Amino acid sequence: MAEKKLMYGNHAIVEGVLAAGCRFFAGYPITPQNEIPEFMSIRMNEIGGVFIQTESEIAAINMLFGAAAAGKRAMTSSSSPGISLMQEGISYIAGADIPVLVVNVVRGGPGLGNIAPAQSDYFQATKGGGHGDYFTITLAPNSAQELYEFPKIAFELAEKYRNPALILADGLLGQMMEPVEFSYKPINPETLPEPPYALSGCKNRERRIVRSYDLRPGKLEAWNWQRQKKYEQIVANEQRFEATACDDAELIIVAYGTCARVCDAAARMARTKGYRVGLLRPITLWPYPSKILSALSKKTEHFLVVEMNMGQMVDDVRLATECKKKVFFHGRPGGGVPTPPEVFGKIETILGGAR
Amino acid sequence: MKQLFGRPAGLTDILQRYCPGCGHGVVHRIIGELLVKLNIRERTIGIAPVGCSVFADEYFNCDMIQPPHGRGPAVSTGIKRSRPDCIVFSYQGDGDLAAIGTAEVVHAAARNENITIIFINNAIFGMTGGQLAPTTLPGMKSTTSVQGRDIKKQGYPIKVCELLSGLDGPYYLARTAVNAPKNIINTEKALKTAFTYQIEEKGFSMVEILSMCPTNWGMTPVQSKKWIENTMVKYYPLGEYRNRAKEEK
Repeated sequence: MAEKKLMYGNHAIVEGVLAAGCRFFAGYPITPQNEIPEFMSIRMNEIGGVFIQTESEIAAINMLFGAAAAGKRAMTSSSSPGISLMQEGISYIAGADIPVLVVNVVRGGPGLGNIAPAQSDYFQATKGGGHGDYFTITLAPNSAQELYEFPKIAFELAEKYRNPALILADGLLGQMMEPVEFSYKPINPETLPEPPYALSGCKNRERRIVRSYDLRPGKLEAWNWQRQKKYEQIVANEQRFEATACDDAELIIVAYGTCARVCDAAARMARTKGYRVGLLRPITLWPYPSKILSALSKKTEHFLVVEMNMGQMVDDVRLATECKKKVFFHGRPGGGVPTPPEVFGKIETILGGAR
Repeated sequence: MKQLFGRPAGLTDILQRYCPGCGHGVVHRIIGELLVKLNIRERTIGIAPVGCSVFADEYFNCDMIQPPHGRGPAVSTGIKRSRPDCIVFSYQGDGDLAAIGTAEVVHAAARNENITIIFINNAIFGMTGGQLAPTTLPGMKSTTSVQGRDIKKQGYPIKVCELLSGLDGPYYLARTAVNAPKNIINTEKALKTAFTYQIEEKGFSMVEILSMCPTNWGMTPVQSKKWIENTMVKYYPLGEYRNRAKEEK
């Protein structure tokens, strides 16, 4: 069996990033993700990687742009306000078709908000985020184990499609301690091939240009349509989810991340009381797991979306179910975290009182 | 017929789209020549800014990247730390470097990041049509200061070499101009010094180059060259502002 350790979620991300063969981190302090740069600075020093504490999140994302354009796996982490600052850079990186990894340990917003866990950056993460037509591949872990495993998946998807990838965690996942099994063999970055776009000096080859602009008439439109084809492929091939007890369910809860943990407990509570309740946990938030939701909506009457915001993912559930079934919402914005009894109460109300 | 003069291998054959009398072409040529003279073309990665010289990614015959406005020093840092054997230069105008990108250049200089910044100061926003730049001289007219820069409303210009000289970090800082043959020769010397220090892994080097913008200054090319000599140089004195190699001797 692989080595197992009790770890903070934020520390698990660091080990996952390093095991994925990433040796470049640039970032700026912000709560509740400070354990990532702190631990990263120690670990990068140990293994000879690059750690830069930047002057701003703007500098951090642009350092990533440089490192990734140079062909290296590169990542940054931040929390909500810092991710807002990065959006210009993420748009350029998406426009240049360069893979990077950005981790958002989401906190309460808007504005400075607070440092409590939240899911209020769902729209920003899944609908583009910055200016222009683009999407970022978005993964939503719900445990320290997944925080360890998802960086590798994120880098592989980002490189496969030449697109930025996001891991959307939250303050609770980052600060929580859980056992983490080091479930895969760490990748030696020396074994990763040089990507075809990599800037490395034009010795014995044609020079390369990494850019996101094209001023020639019609060229940018064509380039964007080409990128759209890539997005269609991602949507067709990369939808990930975990479905629990959905087959016979009269009500399916849809929740991700921390909310999925809460709702798992609520669903079990409901089952013991005689309600047939299932849980669908989206793992990719973009591409959204619409196919399974569409299939489930053919036999399930009630959907309950639980989020730590005022209702963002609920729109995607309504779209996936084509509004044919009743989609209920329970949310807690501004750093509020729902409890299992609270969610169970909502289930009871929807399904018509106590049984 | 024997060819006596041509484009250096450090520049592509693409026709440059700069205005008549613009200083970019002169600076491009110097860099293109140095890439060959210093034998670094095949390991150089250049950064093109946002502004008139955004098209520099097509003009320099080496690997190039075009990042967001003002972020050249940050992108350079990412590249250099990932590929320390590569030579990295960031070509930036005054809007790019001294307005929107002030934080990035100050911090790259403070870290003594081993990169070379080529800073074109023409005291105006060129690409967008002649608006007030952080380097626009007091009293100088622009499309957003049509009565001339009023220091009571728009404050004072930023003297970047002097500003960065206040930091311990940077290894080499110089200001030159490309309005006259002597100044062009000095610009080449300064750029050669800057690239050489990077090759020798000494750290951060920046050459600020006073450059003509006849179109947005509303002058002829000849008038523009004279204006640099008679007016601009007085506000932005030429010379070395930091050379740690000399200080360390």
